Amino acid sequence: MAEATPLMRVRGLAHRFPAAREERFAVQDADLDLFPGEVVAIVGESGSGKSTLLNCIAGRLTPTRGAVHYRDANDRWLDVHALTERQQRVLARTEWGFVEQNASDGLRLDVSAGANIGERLMGQGERHYGRLRASAERWMQRVELDTGRIDDSPRAFSGGMRQRLQIARNLVTRPRLVLLDEPTSGLDVSVQARLLDLIRTLTTRMHLCALIVTHDLGVARLLAQRTLVMRHGRVVEQGLTDRVLDDPQHPYTQLLVSSVVMP
Amino acid sequence: MNDNVSPRLAVRGLAKHFTLHLRGGARLQVLDDTSLDVHAGECVALVGASGRGKSTLMKCLFGSYGADAGTLHFASSSGTVDIAAASPQRMLDLRRRDIAYVSQFLRAVPRVPALDVVAQRLIDADPAPASDDLDDAVHAARLDAARDAARALLGRLRLPPPLWELPPATFSGGEQQRVNIARGFVQPARLLLLDEPTASLDAANRRVVVELIHEAKAQGAAVVGIFHDEEVRDAVADRCVELG
Repeated sequence: MAEATPLMRVRGLAHRFPAAREERFAVQDADLDLFPGEVVAIVGESGSGKSTLLNCIAGRLTPTRGAVHYRDANDRWLDVHALTERQQRVLARTEWGFVEQNASDGLRLDVSAGANIGERLMGQGERHYGRLRASAERWMQRVELDTGRIDDSPRAFSGGMRQRLQIARNLVTRPRLVLLDEPTSGLDVSVQARLLDLIRTLTTRMHLCALIVTHDLGVARLLAQRTLVMRHGRVVEQGLTDRVLDDPQHPYTQLLVSSVVMP
Repeated sequence: MNDNVSPRLAVRGLAKHFTLHLRGGARLQVLDDTSLDVHAGECVALVGASGRGKSTLMKCLFGSYGADAGTLHFASSSGTVDIAAASPQRMLDLRRRDIAYVSQFLRAVPRVPALDVVAQRLIDADPAPASDDLDDAVHAARLDAARDAARALLGRLRLPPPLWELPPATFSGGEQQRVNIARGFVQPARLLLLDEPTASLDAANRRVVVELIHEAKAQGAAVVGIFHDEEVRDAVADRCVELG
């Protein structure tokens, strides 16, 4: 069997925030390959560097060292941090999605739910009102939002509804890679279960590659085929999720796994 | 011709220990120089007192535990692979089609009905091409076919139909186990790993599981199992291998 070609390659990535001390790296020596159709989790406690790594991968933060290469829909390898800002924006709006921990950061609260979903399509040149509206309705159904709320502002939505709207808004242009930053934290358990099921269904059906940052090992267990464990800015362990959680090698992973009620 | 004699699974010199960093680095040697051959159509029962590494061996074969030393050569549908050295991508691919694992415990995404927990195994084994990604009609047809297969198997395992549409989280141990068994058997596997598959089943359901194992063997599966129930073990195992 031929080994699959990765969608993204991260090599030797390091990031130090400008105000930080010389030796204080938020992320250091991170290596990671992402393959089409897989869900990968980055776990670790607050301050471990997982969101910083995600933001470097997304092109939102410029790494101090190392490189992020992405293979685009035309099978060309792009050095993400060598792209112009405009090229990065186009990529972020077409082939990538980014789901923010705080849904209001990823939504436009002053326009309707339907317009939030339609925005990326319009960015790609779709202007036909009927088609935009039909797409918005279809996506509201897919993420289990009441299509009767299409003209409402997301301000009137609950946290779980906003998170689902944010997912619809990201997936409407069928991205190849979706980065999710703690998408379920702060939600009620029942809402969280619903969102997990939704993310799982959409990733399987769309063959999306998803990189999900979470502090919740249960989320990693249920969603991710592979998991990376971060501590103090370093990836201390990575592999099959069940291997990392059931046969943890690093002392820190053993501590994490033994600290949860039901891993 | 060689295919008929070379084993489906050849374990050589497998060693596995655990280092418990939270307990001062205590070292637990569970397997040491374990070897085992299993042929297509054969069922090998692992026996030995608890703590001798029966489940550990199964988890090494499934890739949930890493091996310290030794080789685990498996004749997969796409060539021979050493499970001990397989990449995560390769291991996931093997699990989708070639290797099935039935444990005593069911882990499932909340909210997913029992029927789909089983049907998903078939969908995963044969994922739709990426170009069909959101073609609802194609997906619906595949899902229907997978659900029919799941219904047939859950029916055979006598799980009451009203439960099929419910998530298994609230099921009894025996009901969950039958969902797990259906998930393990719905997709024919080349290597079937069974860790106490009948532990919480009544006699009638045990007989169904024995039938399923016989059918899997007849289809050419290599089976490695842990069966504390001696009646089940005698009914399905071609030989026993003692660990420890």
